[in-house]
Amino acid sequence: MCTGIVETAEVSGSGKGPRGWFKLEQVNVSYDHPSDAPLEHALSIDFVNQKQGPSARVAVELSPDSARRLVKAVLGALSKAGLDINEASNCG
Amino acid sequence: MHPYTTDMYEGMLAETIMLPGHSGEIINAYYARPLGPGPFPGVVLIHHMPGWDELYREFTRKFAHHGYLAISPNIYFRFGHGSPDDMSAKVRGSGGVPDVSVVGDIEASARFLKSLPLSNGKVGVFGTCSGGRQAFLVACKTKSFDAAVNCWGGNVVQPKEKLTPAQPVAPIDYTKDLSSPLLGLFGEEDKNPTRESVHQLEEELKKYGKNYEFHMYPGAGHGFFYYPSVAYRPEAAVDGWKKMFTFFEKYLGTPGGGS
Repeated sequence: MCTGIVETAEVSGSGKGPRGWFKLEQVNVSYDHPSDAPLEHALSIDFVNQKQGPSARVAVELSPDSARRLVKAVLGALSKAGLDINEASNCG
Repeated sequence: MHPYTTDMYEGMLAETIMLPGHSGEIINAYYARPLGPGPFPGVVLIHHMPGWDELYREFTRKFAHHGYLAISPNIYFRFGHGSPDDMSAKVRGSGGVPDVSVVGDIEASARFLKSLPLSNGKVGVFGTCSGGRQAFLVACKTKSFDAAVNCWGGNVVQPKEKLTPAQPVAPIDYTKDLSSPLLGLFGEEDKNPTRESVHQLEEELKKYGKNYEFHMYPGAGHGFFYYPSVAYRPEAAVDGWKKMFTFFEKYLGTPGGGS
């Protein structure tokens, strides 16, 4: 399956790539062919900064079940910190 | 098929070249050809969504080994340069490569092959995954090809809600304009294209009286030629390559400078 499924969002923060830390601007979440994971399809997350070129990327390729666990863990950590898990500003 | 004997001479030249692509913009391409005066038939290879990668260089050399002038243009050239997986991620995050530039780059690659003194004047097009979709698209949108091979191209049938600015028309809607014989190789377990969407394309091809040949492999899904991946299915891949070389020889002439 080549799905072309991709969701994007603005993000702020830092990511560590092959050349060290860099400023993050966008996250792309897709469900399609992985480059490395031994899966026919994977939930891929790419944290990127397009201004710094294609290699400014922190990438993960997860099985669908792993992706669900990640979502649960992220929401769990936000909840424990007393942060609202339903509200997201445009980019904060 | 390539007449392989242990006493034969063989040689190949394979390298990166630059050529004018869509709108005359210079792009890079991987070009491989057999040594010798020809004349050779040609094949344009459209790389898959994971990028202009090592696998497509291997496929390009495989065609040269079998006696074809082979060229794989970098259809992601305009997005910049980096590792194939970084470039694939960039294209994915940018909404995909526009159909219009793909058609232009592939047509320009065919023009390049036909312009060579080694060419027999016939050129086919081959692509897998998104490249399979684009092989069908370019065979409909141009008259540059004498044969086309669509390997498990998804989104040939695209519902309206899946159309995007980069891919504004479903390729199936161009079926009446298909200008060459078409070979389709598909896996029964693929989710895109599904068996239903392959059947839908087949009905459209019949409706317009097109020359086509489809093969559906049981036990195979998407990407069954990709030996570095879990999708690899050796029996389907071996048979698929044989069917493809037979098909190209029928419509492009004898490979290896034999005609």
